[in-house]
Amino acid sequence: MSTQTKPAPEAGTTTPGAETGVREFVQDYVDRVRGGDVGALPAILGVIVLCIVFTSLNSVFFSAGNFANLLVQGAAITVIAMGLVFVLLLGEIDLSAGFASGVCAAVLATLMTEQNYPWYVSTAAAVATGVAIGLLLGTIVARVGIPSFVVTLAAFLAFQGTVLIIIGAGGNVPIRNSVILSLANKNVAPTLGWVLWALGIAAFAGLLLVSAARRRSRGLVAPPLSVVGLRIGAVLVLSGLAVYVLNQERSRNAAVVSLRGVPIVVPVILVLLIVLTFVLARTAYGRHVYAVGGNAEAARRAGINVARIRTSVFVVGSTLAAIGGIIAASRANSVDPNAGGSNTLLYAVGAAVIGGTSLFGGKGKVRDAILGGAVIAVIDNGMGLLGYSAGVKFIVTGIVLLLAASVDAISRRRATATGRV
Amino acid sequence: MTETATDAVRPPEAAAPLLELRAVNKSFGAVHVLRDVHLAAYAGQVTALVGDNGAGKSTLIKCIGGIHPIDSGEYLFDGKPVTVHGPRDASHLGIEIVYQDLALCDNLDIVQNMFLGRERTNGIVLDESSMERMAADTLAGLKVRTVKSIRQHVASLSGGQRQTVAIAKAVLWNSRIVILDEPTAALGVAQTRQVLDLVRRLADQGLAVVLISHNLNDVFEVADRISALYLGQVAAEVETSAVTHGQVVELITTGRSDGVADARPTGTEVGTEVGTA
Ligand SMILES: Nc1ncnc2c1ncn2[C@@H]1O[C@H](COP(=O)(O)OP(=O)(O)OP(=O)(O)O)[C@@H](O)[C@H]1O
Ligand SMILES: [Mg+2]
Repeated sequence: MSTQTKPAPEAGTTTPGAETGVREFVQDYVDRVRGGDVGALPAILGVIVLCIVFTSLNSVFFSAGNFANLLVQGAAITVIAMGLVFVLLLGEIDLSAGFASGVCAAVLATLMTEQNYPWYVSTAAAVATGVAIGLLLGTIVARVGIPSFVVTLAAFLAFQGTVLIIIGAGGNVPIRNSVILSLANKNVAPTLGWVLWALGIAAFAGLLLVSAARRRSRGLVAPPLSVVGLRIGAVLVLSGLAVYVLNQERSRNAAVVSLRGVPIVVPVILVLLIVLTFVLARTAYGRHVYAVGGNAEAARRAGINVARIRTSVFVVGSTLAAIGGIIAASRANSVDPNAGGSNTLLYAVGAAVIGGTSLFGGKGKVRDAILGGAVIAVIDNGMGLLGYSAGVKFIVTGIVLLLAASVDAISRRRATATGRV
Repeated sequence: MTETATDAVRPPEAAAPLLELRAVNKSFGAVHVLRDVHLAAYAGQVTALVGDNGAGKSTLIKCIGGIHPIDSGEYLFDGKPVTVHGPRDASHLGIEIVYQDLALCDNLDIVQNMFLGRERTNGIVLDESSMERMAADTLAGLKVRTVKSIRQHVASLSGGQRQTVAIAKAVLWNSRIVILDEPTAALGVAQTRQVLDLVRRLADQGLAVVLISHNLNDVFEVADRISALYLGQVAAEVETSAVTHGQVVELITTGRSDGVADARPTGTEVGTEVGTA
């Protein structure tokens, strides 16, 4: 197995030995990037560069308080973007995701505050609303065959109206429930934060090691142990650093109120990330989503129910929009008629695309939403600290989105030139 | 030599066709592509389907595969009438098809393509390593050595390599009939040799094989029977040994050939009057 001596190894069994493995792996990665498969690289570099720039311009930017702020600010957009990744993977678009999140938030607020339903009933209703919206949109796109751009543009207008009708023009429904409020306003207790962190790291390391060992034992190409170790180490250090920083006291007046710990939305987003990544990467359903996005006719001939997959991604999209809407409502402590409006949708689409999800379909990961969401949150937050107006922020974000789309288009061109996708 | 072809050669008495289409019609809008087409494929035999460009060969096998619904006609599998509403029905019957336009997903790797729609799972989790193992074994069985890694995206493969993947995908399953639409069109000499050998080997293993090809040398080399389509109608169904190269060329180009007796069951005789239809 790993001691291949034949000069021409058979397909699939070129197991790199543990020693030579690292260089081969790095070389392979470099080749992939050169070939246009840049993956998460641009977004990661973007976050780093932006952080350096903003830190050098403003001392507040690189503080524990602002770091926590940034995470909470970007949370709703990121969650909506996670759902949009599914839609974009099919080469479709959901322009109504922003206002869909608004409709669901309005459902939540009205049920909870005006009808006095318990928070869990209201939350379930909000999420169910998201599922229903997705079913409706997806069915129209997949069964009737109207382009998603048109269907969701119509829905964009209709949902904007729906929020307005539910909340009432000029109205505002407050959120008073402490559970929902804590979502975007409270933190995980520092000790619990460390416990969760340790459990997460252990699970991550275990998963990587076990899967590498299983592949090796079956004689398949597996990443060398040193690469696995490096990966685990990097995640361990970076996430540990983040937990440490967030566990510092952020309150200006700690005697009155203490402000410490990882914001509760962070573990919520991580759970969503893990579940959705699992679905896309490890289940047959996820495989079929990629297949339909890559070549719908081939997927059909393989016996995949293309219409069902198409419908389902809109359901995932709107459901996550609902969760994003709940987070946004929690952060704003209320729902107003413009909930999910203004820049919500464009920021969410931008996050997915900046993170590396292709607008052409077939390429993307759930983590793209997080990376791209981080870029957008950093721009929004950093420029806000520097005192730039909302207008300038929009222009800069627009330019960044255009840059990301160009990276997508260029890497696609390179990929076609070198035969990768 | 030419006149020896006069006996109508019947398929082996013992064997009923594994797959038989009777009087199948298919139109795309106003274009009547298949007219009362008959096709039979026998287990253990290679049936070549020949015909000029646009004769309707690919359309016919797409009907078999459930890609296109047939407008009328009978579809018999193992002697029993069946309805095939989609690709899944066809593969449940044990029909595997390598389409002319290959139908691979460029954004997926070789293994993912080979198992597409029929992924192996442990519970709900994809069983990647067993799929990879099986794919590697199948490719090794096809003597594919030029592929660098079976985890590379199909987009990065050459035309011939893509074709090999498509073929490997079809033979991966315990199928009863394999249909190949111009499988050697993009292949080099050595790969063509391998595919022809494979075609023969599959038939010798007892599978029914349908081979569509424009290369009559290949057809004469591996096929037991030849079906010729001419403008959407069957011009002849004969045993390979009963016809000459020249007669098959005539059948393909004019739809008729003097001295070729049709081996189709009676009742579907459109055969030699095709030219006037
Ligand atoms: N989806 C379709 N819609 C309309 N017409 C079609 C469709 N598919 C095939 N046709 C028509 O049906 C006829 C037969 O096409 P088909 O692809 O079956 O030919 P073929 O025998 O496979 O030819 P070739 O040897 O070139 O592959 C052609 O005239 C073609 O234009
Ligand atoms: Mg054809």
